[in-house]
Amino acid sequence: MSEITERTPQDVSPAAGPPGRAPSPVGAALGVLTRQREATVFIVAVVLLLYFGIRYNSTFVSQTNLANLLSETAAPIIVIAIGEVFLLICGEIDLSAGFVFTFAPFLMHYLIDFYGWPVWPAIIVSLLFGVVVGWFNGFLTVTMGLPSFITTLGTGFILLGLTLTTSHAYPANIPAATVGIGRWLGAAPWSQFIIAVILTAVFYVVLNRTKWGLYTVATGGNALGAREAGIRTGRIKYGNFMLTSTLGALVGLQTAWYTNTIDPSAGGYQPMFYAVTAAVIGGTAMLGGQGTIVGAFLGGIVLATLINGLNVAGISANPLDIVFGAAILLSMIANVRLARLRAAGRN
Amino acid sequence: MTAEPTPTPAPDGAVADAQGDVLQVEHISKRFGVVRALHDVNLHLGRGEVLGLLGDNGAGKSTLIKIICGFQPASAGKIILEGQEVTFRSVDQARAAGIDCVYQDLALINELTVYHNMFLNRERTRWTLLSNRSMRRTAKEQLDRIGVNIPSVDAEVAKLSGGQRQAIAVARAVTSNAKVLLLDEPLAAMGAKEGAMILELVKDLKKQGQVSIIMIMHNYGQALEVCDRINLLQHGEITFDKMVKDTSVQELNDIVIEEYRRALQERQQAEAG
Repeated sequence: MSEITERTPQDVSPAAGPPGRAPSPVGAALGVLTRQREATVFIVAVVLLLYFGIRYNSTFVSQTNLANLLSETAAPIIVIAIGEVFLLICGEIDLSAGFVFTFAPFLMHYLIDFYGWPVWPAIIVSLLFGVVVGWFNGFLTVTMGLPSFITTLGTGFILLGLTLTTSHAYPANIPAATVGIGRWLGAAPWSQFIIAVILTAVFYVVLNRTKWGLYTVATGGNALGAREAGIRTGRIKYGNFMLTSTLGALVGLQTAWYTNTIDPSAGGYQPMFYAVTAAVIGGTAMLGGQGTIVGAFLGGIVLATLINGLNVAGISANPLDIVFGAAILLSMIANVRLARLRAAGRN
Repeated sequence: MTAEPTPTPAPDGAVADAQGDVLQVEHISKRFGVVRALHDVNLHLGRGEVLGLLGDNGAGKSTLIKIICGFQPASAGKIILEGQEVTFRSVDQARAAGIDCVYQDLALINELTVYHNMFLNRERTRWTLLSNRSMRRTAKEQLDRIGVNIPSVDAEVAKLSGGQRQAIAVARAVTSNAKVLLLDEPLAAMGAKEGAMILELVKDLKKQGQVSIIMIMHNYGQALEVCDRINLLQHGEITFDKMVKDTSVQELNDIVIEEYRRALQERQQAEAG
């Protein structure tokens, strides 16, 4: 986190182990692990990439496969995870993001092919559709007082039903006019991943260096206190719901371009749950007040490496979910433990 | 509401210099559904004065404070700040007008650093990015100046002791250039040493004379030590208003014992009837 990187040596309490005064390499490593919540997932990501890279060198390290891994598999998880991190920090969750993912490309297709809209307005309105869904999630959660788990469960189903009804559950072709733009935004091998990296960087700054990020933490950390300090916590939550749904819509469009088809079975719960998984194994506790964008990015890489690596290794994908489940539990245990260690270390 | 700026006559013959009042609260009532939390509360605060607000639990002290600082609206009545009637729709508005509050729960965010807490909702930014360096420096200076001792402004507030947390909250309010400072039980849940630190802080502020303070307190001895005047809030009404020099711990105790006696009697009568 930024406070840590900005800390000048003389301000660090001795217990936190400043460089040069570290007792031993092991102690120093432990110090980094306890202070940087992204450290664990970073190590796991590196180990996994090295393992598959060395073991299945020719296939795994090929440009096609890496583009596949990072763009097709990792990027959607990462981009939705960015939104989920903001929501988890302010104490909410969005289960519907994956269904905005499903519907957004259909909306673009309807607007262009059925209503004759030009390309850019159709794309922008499809993204704005995410903003509207996010606003509605915010309205139900913040203004009507429903728990966001239920709110977004409901809106998710509605969006799925909307997709299936309007598409008659059939896939559609990408509108021809969008193919050119689609290359930049998602179809070219690396574009999805590059956009995911850019969004990670941007929202890292938003979370750590802007009022919005600070107020998101304050809202999740102490909602009453934040309100007493004059922070409009409702507005923060509305905004983060809108962010997450819009990112869901973006990923939906990107995936449609990348796979060159608009598929009613794309999206759904899986990318959303992968995104939440990435956030959690990246170090975002679901308790509110804490979370990391870089951790979610690395979490997305870890998940994608496992999905892709087992595929390359020719191992059945069936046990994959066992691995993911265990990873969620282990990283959550680690989060809780490390949080305690951190608390003890800084006193 | 009428705009008549008549000063409130003090109920118990205390000196009320309307010209010197920085804050007047007139006929404030507050209902929560059928519950009457405050009833026709009149209160005034002189410039540079420290007013102790005493009263039983549930008497409405915190509600009154939260109305003055804009956290919640009154059902009726008006607030006059430096001769102007004001209506606050939010804490921000009250703060902009010069009223700042330290809540009983301190409104600190555990997950944020000391300096981020000190600047909460008043952050310094440059090109929309937080100016962390500048906020750190200022927070450090301000804490040093008022003599608050904490290990580091980079520490998360969760790591601080109760007294340190209270000091951060008070320092935050003090350094916001407030004209009126509301302190809701600043000495609650605090050891003697830490409590003394906060009392010293209030005394220093009083000496500087820049800020007028309303302080909710429970300990009469401490109240008489630091305050200029005492108001007592009972069942949502101000029933007592005296300068500190005209009252004593004994008198305050007697009033409260009387209140207990009456409550007990009422209960016994209710049980008998």
